[in-house]
This record gives sequence, structure tokens and C-alpha cells, in this order.
Amino acid sequence: MITVHGLRKSFGLLEVLRRIDLAVDAGRVTAIVGPNAAGKTTFMKTLVGLVVPDGGDVRVDGVSVRRSWSYRARLGYMPQTARFPENLVLAELLAMVKDLRGTTAPYESELLRLFELGPALDRPLGVLSGGTRQKISAALALMFDPDLLVLDEPTVGLDPLSSRRFKDRLALERSRGKTILLASHVMSDLEEMSDRIVFLVEGRVFFDGSLEQIRARTGEPTLERAIARMMEGERR
Amino acid sequence: MKHALKVARYTVADLLRSRWLLGYAGFFAAIGWALFYFGEEPAQAIVSLLSVVLLVVPLVSAVFGMTQFYGSREFTELLLAQPIDRRSVFYGQYAGLAVSLALGFLLGVAGPFLWYGSGHGEDLGPLVALLVSGVLLTAIFTALALLAATLTDNRLRALGAVVFLWLFCTVLYDGLLLVVIVLFEAYPLERLLVGLTLLNPVDLARIVVLLRLDVAALLGYTGAVFEQFFGTAAGLALALAALVLWTAAPLVLAARAYRHRDF
Repeated sequence: MITVHGLRKSFGLLEVLRRIDLAVDAGRVTAIVGPNAAGKTTFMKTLVGLVVPDGGDVRVDGVSVRRSWSYRARLGYMPQTARFPENLVLAELLAMVKDLRGTTAPYESELLRLFELGPALDRPLGVLSGGTRQKISAALALMFDPDLLVLDEPTVGLDPLSSRRFKDRLALERSRGKTILLASHVMSDLEEMSDRIVFLVEGRVFFDGSLEQIRARTGEPTLERAIARMMEGERR
Repeated sequence: MKHALKVARYTVADLLRSRWLLGYAGFFAAIGWALFYFGEEPAQAIVSLLSVVLLVVPLVSAVFGMTQFYGSREFTELLLAQPIDRRSVFYGQYAGLAVSLALGFLLGVAGPFLWYGSGHGEDLGPLVALLVSGVLLTAIFTALALLAATLTDNRLRALGAVVFLWLFCTVLYDGLLLVVIVLFEAYPLERLLVGLTLLNPVDLARIVVLLRLDVAALLGYTGAVFEQFFGTAAGLALALAALVLWTAAPLVLAARAYRHRDF
């Protein structure tokens, strides 16, 4: 579904992505892991079209993200931090995104109920807590029933109950055959959800394989230990 | 285009409830009210307001435009993640900012005039000139602010650029004009001055308003030349065209930079 070819990006002198090649199949959950500043967020942002690559290309079903914007009708994106226009209320924000997309949101009421966002509907977005904004961000990413979900540390800031509900919801999306890209530092979450682990270090793909492969390679029982082992190995 | 209008509409809906914008409108309303309270005639009030408008409108438009651009970054990301093109997001956000600021300005300035001045059969020409100039200055300096903000990720640098531009247009440019006049006093400079005025949107706005008032006579011979030039329909059209160009040029440049910008 997604093919990444020779993707490069620098910010000034800092090379953030150095020739990334990757193919992501439809209907699978791919976890993007790696130390801080490995390029995870930049990588995901190029998929969404927020970061413009210096070289290489990203194609979603054969269409280059550099030349098209219509592919985003099938994409749900959850950024690391979510902030919305302070003086609008949640109901207006939801109406706006539906209006911009020009479609209805089949899962809107279901997700509002799931994340208990009903009371926030008529409150200005500027007064809502970080966790509530994160839940709104999750609802916005999921409510249009997109084929492709790009989630950048989605559970950060969620309370345990919301986090649990969010992960159950992702499992449901997975069973529905959605393609999911997930960056996270919470290894237990990834262990639970991912089909494949892509380990980025300094803008390169350092390891790419299944959970079993990563455990076999490092001899560690859990993903957290296995990844930590790999990060240590990389430093040495 | 359809998407840009939608983005603009929601941006205006958000900004019109912003405390800053209400304060901005209130500021002009308070000054206008005070001028009338202390017994100024509408024509005098316009001259007094003009100096305030020429200083405050460019500064507030530039600084507010710039802060909003950086401050709404996460929201811009949300918009850019939707199936709409970048240009629509950019022009929509620009239009939303400029329209909100212009509405704040219009309500603040026109309010006291309509309250005190209506029904006296006053000539509305000078007031309309003041309002049009203020709106155009809003459009220009919001565009310049977005140009600065799209060109750099460094807020401080962008702020420095817009404040310098404001200082240049409102203060330094007139100083430089004076130097030119003193240095070349032996030559007939009127045509040159008309040309140089076209290059500075703030001076242009000032002259468009002053020529609608009797005080233009106080400008002496230069005033007469300005009157001769900008007083005609063609001159006025040229002045307005220059102001529109001052809006369009930075806006097109900013839109181009926006296409390659990272968020």
C-alpha cells in the first residue's frame, strides 16, 4: 500500500532521514520504533505530506504524496501533540473537519461515546486538558473510517482507561483490515498490536522484521528488552 | 478555492471571539469616542485618528498575523492532513486573519462616527477613505507578516523582520524622504516625491486620506502637486493599485514558500 523509496530529509545541516526504503503492505500494523531523534516523526509526517522530502518519494497505492492531496481522504493522522483553535467549541471543530472533507463521519457518535467526549462538545477547545485534546485527536483520526492510519505516539497523555479503549479500538480497526503505522515508545503497546517492527536509528532502517525475529536476534524475551539491547548495541 | 473559503470562515469564527481582537476593536472605539467627547469635529477627529491608524494598524496586523501563524501550527497540521491542497490552507488562513483584523478595525473606527456623526449630513468621504486605507494596510501587513513567518521557523527573526518593516514604513522612510528633500532642495522634486510615495504603503494611505480633507492645503506646494496627481481619478486608481500590489506581491511570494515548508 505504501512504498517509500530513497527518502531523504535534512533540516539545515541535520540529516534526519538518510535514504529510507520501505514497503508497507495493506492490512498490517507496522510499528516504527527507535531512539529519540531517530526520525520517526519526520518519517510519518512525510507520509501525511506535512514534511516535504529533499529526495526520494513516498507513494500511497502508487500515487506520490508530493503531487497529490486527494489520497488524504483515505488517511487518518494523529499527531504527537494536538492543539485546536482556542475559541471554537468541539462541535464546531467536528463540523469543520466534516465540511472540509465533504463527507459524513460514520463513527463520529460511536467514538465520542467511547472517549466520553459528549460533555466537551459545547466547550471552547482552549480550556480542554491535554488528555482530552488527545482523545479528540484520536476521534478525528478514526471517525472517517480511513483505510490508512498514521499514529504518532497516540497513547501519550491518555489515562489508563482511555488508553485501553483506544488500543481495543485499534485492534478492531486491525481486524477490519486497516493499514496502521504506529510510532511509540511504549513497547508493551507495540508488542500487543504490531505485525512488524521497523527500527530506525539516525534516519536509517536498522532492523525490519517481525516480533519473533527481533526476539530471536537479541535473545531477549520482551520487546522492550530486545529494543533496549539493540539500542545499546548501536551505541557501542 | 472552495476549501480556502471554508478554512477562512472557520478561522474568522475562531478569531472574532479572541480577546485580542476585541481589545483591538475596543481600542479604536475608545479613541474615537474620546475625540468626540472632547468636542472635535468629525473632520478633525479623522486627522487625529489617521495618525493613530497609520501607526497601530500596520503594527498590530503584522504582529498578530505572525503570532497567529506560529501559534496555530498544530491546527495548520490538522488542516494539512485533510484532503485539501496546501494553497487552500494558506490563502484560507490569510483571508481569515485579514478579514478578522479588518472587521475589528472597521467596527472600532466606524462605531463612534456613526454614533456621533450620523444625521448631521456630514461628508462621509474622509471616513470612507480612512476605512478603506485601514483595511488595505491590514491586508498588506498581514501578508508581509505571513511572508516573514513562512520564510523562517525562527519566531524571533520573523518578529524582528516585521517590526523593522513597520518602523521603516512608518518612521524611517519619512526621515529618508526629508534627507532627500534637503539634499536636493535646489531641484524640482515634486514628481520624484510622488514616485517615492508610491513605494511606501503607509505614506500612500496617509495621502489618500489627507487629500479628502481640507488640511491638504497646509501641505504647501508639494500638497498641490499631490492634489494634482492623487486628486484625479487616475491618480487615486494608481494609488489603490499600488496598495493592492503591496498586498498581492508578498502574498504570492509567501504562498510559494509555503508550498515547500515543513510542518
